[in-house]
Amino acid sequence: MRRLTKLSAVTAVAALALAGCGGSSGGSDGGSGNKPSASKDICKTAKGSGPKIGLAYDVGGRGDQSFNDSAYAGLAKAVKAFKATCVEGEATDGEAESAREDRLRQMADGGATAVVGVGFAYSDAVNAVAPDYPKVNFAIVDGFDPDTKANANVAYLTFAANEGSYLVGVAAAEKSKSGQIGFVGGVHNDLIKGFEAGYTAGAKAAKPSIKVDVAYIQESDLKGFADPAGGKAAATGEFDKGADVVYAAAGASGSGAFDAAVAAGAGKWAIGVDSDQYLTATAAQKPHILTSALKRVDTATYDFIKSVNDGKPATSYTTYNLKNDGVGYSTSGGFVDDIKSDIDGYKAKIISGDITVPTKP
Amino acid sequence: MKGLNLRSIGLSLLAPVIAIVVSVLVTSLVIAAVGSSPGDFWSAMFSNPLPRLRVNIVNQTAIIYIAAVAAAIGFRMNLFNIGLEGQYTLASYAAAAFAGGAYLSGFANVLVSILIAIAVGAAWAGIAGVLKTTRGVSEVISTIMLNSIAIFLVGYLLNRYGVHEGNSVHTTRLADGSTLTGFTPYLPRDGQIWALSVLAVIVGIGFWVLLNKTHFGFDLRASGMSSTAAVASGINPNRMIITAMMLSGGVAGLIWLPALFGGATSYGTSFQSGLGFLGISVALLGRNRPLGMLFGAVLFAFLNSQSNTLTFSTDISPSIVQITEGVAVLAVVVAFEVVRRWRARLEQRVVGREHAVATEVTA
Repeated sequence: MRRLTKLSAVTAVAALALAGCGGSSGGSDGGSGNKPSASKDICKTAKGSGPKIGLAYDVGGRGDQSFNDSAYAGLAKAVKAFKATCVEGEATDGEAESAREDRLRQMADGGATAVVGVGFAYSDAVNAVAPDYPKVNFAIVDGFDPDTKANANVAYLTFAANEGSYLVGVAAAEKSKSGQIGFVGGVHNDLIKGFEAGYTAGAKAAKPSIKVDVAYIQESDLKGFADPAGGKAAATGEFDKGADVVYAAAGASGSGAFDAAVAAGAGKWAIGVDSDQYLTATAAQKPHILTSALKRVDTATYDFIKSVNDGKPATSYTTYNLKNDGVGYSTSGGFVDDIKSDIDGYKAKIISGDITVPTKP
Repeated sequence: MKGLNLRSIGLSLLAPVIAIVVSVLVTSLVIAAVGSSPGDFWSAMFSNPLPRLRVNIVNQTAIIYIAAVAAAIGFRMNLFNIGLEGQYTLASYAAAAFAGGAYLSGFANVLVSILIAIAVGAAWAGIAGVLKTTRGVSEVISTIMLNSIAIFLVGYLLNRYGVHEGNSVHTTRLADGSTLTGFTPYLPRDGQIWALSVLAVIVGIGFWVLLNKTHFGFDLRASGMSSTAAVASGINPNRMIITAMMLSGGVAGLIWLPALFGGATSYGTSFQSGLGFLGISVALLGRNRPLGMLFGAVLFAFLNSQSNTLTFSTDISPSIVQITEGVAVLAVVVAFEVVRRWRARLEQRVVGREHAVATEVTA
């Protein structure tokens, strides 16, 4: 009997632990539907003779069906086009700055000639690492140079995300019946405030009387980009207060906002971000995804790798905006087809400079 | 009697051994279940770390150890201070903001910043202590809430008063004279061991001295073992609760300072969150003993630092590392309890047999 108690205690620990992992992987699968399995990973199968590319993801990682997955799409395209090979690494929530640096160094040491840090959080790490690897070209999506000493081998890929957000703001205002719409940001930082500013400005331009509710999942903690439960809570709150369209600029947390729209019922919409999220949404979510504000991280990633492959590596700042199709909106699902001409009218005005989209709310 | 001694040594080693075996077993099972090779995992994790990773391991050990000691001070008094996370976030921000302001120069700036971090951490933890003693609020609940408040408060202050640069925001960077040059064991590019890592040594020794050599430490342990006995022997429980909470919070304030003065130079994207919870895990793993926690801190720092290596040399997700850490903590807690009960029964049986022999003789 005693031995049995002991044995059962040990099994209980194992069972608990296993249940814990089962729960967490189930949770992330639930949030991301058809997350690509490791075996489908292009970096595992690519065996070309071209350049070697390193891609370091932000918190949330691949499978967020948004920001990071967009970078992966660009990587996959480049690997096929240039017969390249690649390595990937992913940031974990709460990791040390030294872990970010180490990730980049391991890629460079491993022979990568183009290394892309996905997310501005890599700015400091790249700035520290790049001078040690003069023959490796680095790029940072949304990045910036934290000091005054320019790096000759670093490209900063920035986006006028406020412009794309402006267009989905127009769509939200025109589709809203209640006269109230919502915004859910992942983290209350300057980057996401730009999304909010564009969205609000676009909505007010289309319908001056519109009321915009704004909520952020986290004030400064980057885990706001990987928290579907938090996204769902924030979006549900806005639907409950009377909004009928909610725009989630929150990376992997956005799937929670989609679920909130599903739960809120027919006639409630969610707007995706960065990738065309209609394409990766679950069957239940699809009828509720009005459009997505595109931020072509894939284009930027591909362009950068191409420039390195061509022997003319991009350096310094490149801005992707409406003019060069670096940002935009998606029409998958056909829910905005009836107002497309209106949206494109605003788009033309932004490109021509008649409308200046604010970057700060 | 000699046999019994050997057996008692064996018994005290039994719990850690069971814990290690269980965590290795469970991790291997999980890896096998997702279709990867457990052998790959263990060989990648315990491969000889690169020089820069060795530096990172030492640095991470230092700050994790400080966090563990902060947690242990509360635990030894049966106070479950879950609020380390909020305490060190707020303290780190306060210290970084003050140090960046350059009101003082050089070493004085560092010293005063350290004192500010201790004071802020202690004050934030003190709120939970006061709530517990005056209103009977469980410190578990209040510290969890204070965590959220602290993290939002810091985010707000940072957004409002921080330096906005590119897409990020941080406190004013330290002047060159206020960063501390650490020890560079390898090439400069492999990084340096932070000068303030020495805080971990001071905190560790201080903890041992406090517990074992001071009146306060005795009161602390007594209150932890039996609050009623402590009250009966004249220890003021309210004062003990507030002092222990503040002490725990004050040490928590130190957690991130080695990184701040060692290279981060500002509170911003380089701030490492989650150390408070890591500290709680390591304190549990190390059974609140100074040496046990050192072992736990080294283990966690090692596993965390090697997780990049794991990504590049195998197809196993680095999330597995978190599973290993979680299982290790759980296994230690359970194994110690199981062994303790088994041991108690063993002693009972020995006493019972001796008693039986004694009664036979008299009969």
